[in-house]
Amino acid sequence: MPLLQVRNMTHYFGGLRAVHNFNLVIEPGEIKGLIGPNGAGKTTIFNLITGIHTPTEGQIELEGRSLIGLRPHEVASRGLGRTFQNMLLWRHMNVLDHVKMAQYSRLGYGLLDAFFGTPRLQREEQRVTDEAMRLLELFDVAKYAGQLVGNLPYGAQRRVEMARAMATKPKILFLDEPTAGMTPEELVQMIGIIRQVHRDFGVAIFLIEHRLKFVMELCQSIQTLVFGEVIAEGPPEEIQNNPKVVEAYLGKEDIT
Amino acid sequence: MESTKSTPALSQDGFWSRLRSGFSRVPVIGWLAGGLCAVMVEYFLGDALSYYLGLPKIPVLFGFVTMLKKPLLIPSSAAYVILVYIVPLAAVGLLSAGPANRLAAFLHRRALWLSAIIHLVLLYIIIHVWSDISDYRLLLLKLTMIAIMLTLSINVINGYMGEFSCSHPGFMALGAYSASALTLILFTNDKLFGPALLPPALGPYFFPLALIFGGLVAALGALVVAIPSFRTRGDYLAIISLAFMFIVKSVIENLEFVGGPRGMSSQPNWSDLPTVFAWTVMCIWVINNFVRSTMGKALNAVRDNEMAADAMTVDTRKTKIVTFMFGAFWAGVAGGLFAHVLRYVNPGTFGIQKLAEILAMVYFGGLNSVVGSVVGAVSINLLSEMLRPLELFKWIVIPLLLILVMIYRPTGLIAFREFDVRKILRPKQ
Ligand SMILES: Nc1ncnc2c1ncn2[C@@H]1O[C@H](COP(=O)(O)OP(=O)(O)OP(=O)(O)O)[C@@H](O)[C@H]1O
Ligand SMILES: [Mg+2]
Repeated sequence: MPLLQVRNMTHYFGGLRAVHNFNLVIEPGEIKGLIGPNGAGKTTIFNLITGIHTPTEGQIELEGRSLIGLRPHEVASRGLGRTFQNMLLWRHMNVLDHVKMAQYSRLGYGLLDAFFGTPRLQREEQRVTDEAMRLLELFDVAKYAGQLVGNLPYGAQRRVEMARAMATKPKILFLDEPTAGMTPEELVQMIGIIRQVHRDFGVAIFLIEHRLKFVMELCQSIQTLVFGEVIAEGPPEEIQNNPKVVEAYLGKEDIT
Repeated sequence: MESTKSTPALSQDGFWSRLRSGFSRVPVIGWLAGGLCAVMVEYFLGDALSYYLGLPKIPVLFGFVTMLKKPLLIPSSAAYVILVYIVPLAAVGLLSAGPANRLAAFLHRRALWLSAIIHLVLLYIIIHVWSDISDYRLLLLKLTMIAIMLTLSINVINGYMGEFSCSHPGFMALGAYSASALTLILFTNDKLFGPALLPPALGPYFFPLALIFGGLVAALGALVVAIPSFRTRGDYLAIISLAFMFIVKSVIENLEFVGGPRGMSSQPNWSDLPTVFAWTVMCIWVINNFVRSTMGKALNAVRDNEMAADAMTVDTRKTKIVTFMFGAFWAGVAGGLFAHVLRYVNPGTFGIQKLAEILAMVYFGGLNSVVGSVVGAVSINLLSEMLRPLELFKWIVIPLLLILVMIYRPTGLIAFREFDVRKILRPKQ
């Protein structure tokens, strides 16, 4: 059984068909890529699978169980972690709290513990803090633990967002343009980090990317989306040489 | 400390900086000792001192009211404040810094609750002695503590979770009326509900339950605002919550069995100083525990970015419901206490004027901050009393002050600050 399976997913925003007949299979531990020009519907696909929008048509199954109709936090608790294209971090919260917060569904205490500060709460908070610190170290942002996210350099903010997504203990990690706006050095570091996350956590990865070089290096298989439809699918070399892809996407802009 | 010989000019310079560094070494328990001495001085010598200074009686509010009413008495009022409050506070604070720090260090090594209780007992004794001077002070203190509960509880909704809710007077009214109805029906012979059903002697023990009942009714009412908040934010929710406040008010006005527009009276006087103090401390403690836990910080996540909160496994709907009900609960408890302090409530109390007061306190003091709420409630309450002699001008001075704060500190005086009791009570040396 595949880890994630999406079948015939179509979505309309009013009269606009943002996604048409989309299919996807992700096996455990696989890295897949999704490319396509601006406005193709890539982020919409992420939002549909993660429960932010409900698809007009189609099925989505995680480990054989349907995700349709679940709210985003339920989808996330089932094992689907994600980052956002424009990094939705919490402005007034420090780095450590970000990564603690993402363990919300696994907090082993109730409201009354939180109100009265019981020993159980203290034990759990300690556990959550320790786990968060481990992740911060892994993503090389432990030194910022007590700082507000806004004070961090851009690349570090991206890494905090990824640490936060990993704190939800995902089986699949969705990355929406994780290198957007990064310098070449930060890009190289990010490739290393994604490889390491993939290796250490054994997590499957589904990633949207603009820079083809990045996708080519990481992904085993790539889908190309244009106007909400997949026009090509296959291993990186095939995609690179596919005339349809070249015409729709590669021809127009510098993709390396 | 060290004996440095220097020229007069330098020594004066040194005097001030030494005084400053001396003050910075006084731990909280030292200030409490100073405060205790100050109120004791007033308690035993206040009358005599005001007589010698030519004051008609002990100035009730640090001489402000007297100064504004009779400018000629400014020098003697100032002298009174210096002799009774400032000198004992500063002297005892400074002189006891050594032992106070040792005591604080000792307590610091012990359990936090023990240290907290000792500090609270001292604080209680201070306000008790201070309020013993006049009934006016007692009333003002109780109302200020109730204002703290209201401000802190609205801060949970408007500050920590960032929803602009205007329904707090409504929650307060629900609590005030439910708690009053319970105590009047069960323990009081009154004209609205007839004779008492239970022996009134049991009443004071039962009072906490009546307050909790009031809080729970308010929390149920909060669902009316919480559920629309799933889909709406900002202006729309503000309007819905404002509507809720007006609905509560007019429903009560039209319910004859709770007294209609005339209100309810002759509540038993169970809101005495220790009761109000204990509930205020409880409210601060529980709310502070909650907002510092990861579960409570979900409020911040929902405020700063709801979509991200949801994607990080935070149940945003549950968080909103809990927050509204939790905030409303404490507003309800505060309402119950309020009704039993004044021993009279009518629907007119819980209108737009009350809302303006509460909003002023929370935005003045600071969003997302327990200390801010305490500071906001205390300063707006005291200020509003101190400036009473200005009459109409009071309503120019206070709003002006608010505007200034909003310009220079848009989120309030002490916003986004964590209230860490252990850190505050620690020794300063
Ligand atoms: N919530 C929404 N309501 C209405 N239309 C939307 C919504 N979200 C996206 N769209 C539209 O759907 C289309 C696909 O948008 P989407 O954000 O998925 O593109 P994308 O492939 O991620 O582009 P980019 O590379 O710029 O991120 C666009 O035309 C967009 O305007
Ligand atoms: Mg996008």
